[in-house]
Amino acid sequence: MNIHEYQAKQILDRYGVPTPRAEVATTAAEAKEIAARIGGRVVVKAQVHAGGRGKVGGVRLVDTPAEAADVAESLIGSRLVTNQTGPAGVPVEKVMIAETLDIKKELYLSIVVDGNIGAPVVMASTEGGVEIEEVAERSPEKIFRVAGDPLIGLTTYRARDLAMALEVPPEALRSATALISNLYRVFVENDCSLVEINPLVITADHQIVALDAKINLEDDALFRHPDLAELRDSNQQDPLERRAYKSDLAYVKLDGGRVGCMVNGAGLAMATMDITKVVGADPANFLDIGGSADQERIEEAFKIIMDDDDVEIILVNLFAGIARADVVAAGIVAAAKETNAHIPMVVAMRGTNADEGLAILANSGLDITGAPDLAGAADVLRQKLLETGGNN
Amino acid sequence: MAVLVGPHTRLLVQGLGRDGSFQASRTREYGTSMVAAVHPGRDGQKFEDVVPYFSTVARAVEQTGANTGVIFVPAPFAMDAIIEQIDAGLELVVCITEGVPVLDMVRVMAYLKGKPTRLVGSNCPGVLSPASKAKVGIIPGSIVRPGNVGVVSRSGTLTYEAIAQLVQHGMGQSTCVGIGGDPVHGTTFTDVLELFQADDETEAIVLIGEIGGVREQLAAEYIKKHVTKPVVAAIAGQSAPAGKRMGHAGAIVTGKAALASEKNKALSEAGVHVVDSPAHIGARMKEVLG
Repeated sequence: MNIHEYQAKQILDRYGVPTPRAEVATTAAEAKEIAARIGGRVVVKAQVHAGGRGKVGGVRLVDTPAEAADVAESLIGSRLVTNQTGPAGVPVEKVMIAETLDIKKELYLSIVVDGNIGAPVVMASTEGGVEIEEVAERSPEKIFRVAGDPLIGLTTYRARDLAMALEVPPEALRSATALISNLYRVFVENDCSLVEINPLVITADHQIVALDAKINLEDDALFRHPDLAELRDSNQQDPLERRAYKSDLAYVKLDGGRVGCMVNGAGLAMATMDITKVVGADPANFLDIGGSADQERIEEAFKIIMDDDDVEIILVNLFAGIARADVVAAGIVAAAKETNAHIPMVVAMRGTNADEGLAILANSGLDITGAPDLAGAADVLRQKLLETGGNN
Repeated sequence: MAVLVGPHTRLLVQGLGRDGSFQASRTREYGTSMVAAVHPGRDGQKFEDVVPYFSTVARAVEQTGANTGVIFVPAPFAMDAIIEQIDAGLELVVCITEGVPVLDMVRVMAYLKGKPTRLVGSNCPGVLSPASKAKVGIIPGSIVRPGNVGVVSRSGTLTYEAIAQLVQHGMGQSTCVGIGGDPVHGTTFTDVLELFQADDETEAIVLIGEIGGVREQLAAEYIKKHVTKPVVAAIAGQSAPAGKRMGHAGAIVTGKAALASEKNKALSEAGVHVVDSPAHIGARMKEVLG
């Protein structure tokens, strides 16, 4: 789960991680007041769940409270389209007004679980303010890593090692070490999937400050953090993804595809997207209906696919183990009748009650072409796509 | 001989709620030797009038000689169940549960270090050996056939798809191992490849990977050095966009190495037969085995 920068900053504050003085505004008038209170040059930052804000005017430096109000006015209520959002963009409902600092050095720091070594790893670089992927490609020798111990945590000497590798000035060594240790605690104690500070800055007076903060929380661990679960801002989600989330369906909208995919199991769902691509069309979505979906959830899954305007044909691929094919078929028929959908469907069903499921679909009067398996579904889909006007 | 499970398997099932009970029934139907059921508060009762219930794993092991455990308990309690099974000295622990917090798996893996137990999962379909009717998990017994292809996969239903394709082309399986879709998991591709390479019953291997992590690249390195048996591989998620989690917690493109294309490349360079479509796994294996 993504959270906003200002919410991440609140978490960092609780752990004593230095951040710039900042407040959140939902109106231009508030922005003006805050800018006046902070004084001097401030930065106005759109609060959205997407990177790349700075390149599209979502982060702006202003010199006066009046200017802060103007920028806030233009941002709040708009939609920000960045290289990470897709063409629809994300709504800006809040801006954060923060003090500016006299920066001497920009660094990068992040924490993720390294699946390969099975521990949280702190990664840092002397190249702050740029995408870490770029640094990894261009100058991997500028990236440093230290691992925490799952049962002990991050020992102070390792945090200090990292601070030394970053060549922080002697005056800032102690505070940099503390900051790294505290960020590690933020990561572990809040079950984060990502803590990223880019840039982490050293100021002219040797203060070390988290100038930006990105925290992603692990969805699977939210059950033990009810306070953090409330930070969810579903307005930032794609509307179809938001509906899917409510129904406990793993769904990802893919831009521009026209083949809606309905599958059980994440691996098979990816494979189904892949064969769509192999036959020359783009998948419209990833959807895993899961193993124990009841008819109601199947109906909602079908409606979500139907409500995607890009979808022209639906590919259903079911290998029922725990799931029952007849329940899925009944759900599809009910949803199709309710929404009066006249969409062609290609259906492959195997496993538990597959024959019953195929019979329900065959007798439904819907535009359904059966397929024996994944290879068969690919062939039928290729044929259908030719009939409906070539490849996209 | 199959790998991980076989005629020696004496199975303990932990967590007999709705899904656990359903799966335990299928396991018994298939013919697997299920000797104990663990569900607190049901001591003295029997699952399906046959298998004794116990409140703790230690007691179940002591009284039944169970050597293999499978876990169906809900995600918030999965770490505890895995550690309980490790402490009871089970040789093989298979955790089916999906949605176990990553940091819980991090702790489990640290706890496991130096202990004799082997862990498969979490978030996996389990292990099945058709020849010895040993089913530890949820792979449907109806789709497998005894034979000589070893299957190892990060996925559940895509594994069934691969098995069905093998059967369709007349090939059975020595053992099917689902290692799971979580970023931190017990037994890895490399571990299973080592077992398959040493297994007389296994003549060829199907490896099914997906986007995320670097385990497929490590598997490729291992294959290059140590595996002489033919390997057919499919990597799911060629069409997945970057930065979006595709269902499985581990299936997310976060960097170049996590891309399907990078994994395909590493495996091809190691001499693996990488299919261009997941629909061609069975056909490709048929070609390879001639």
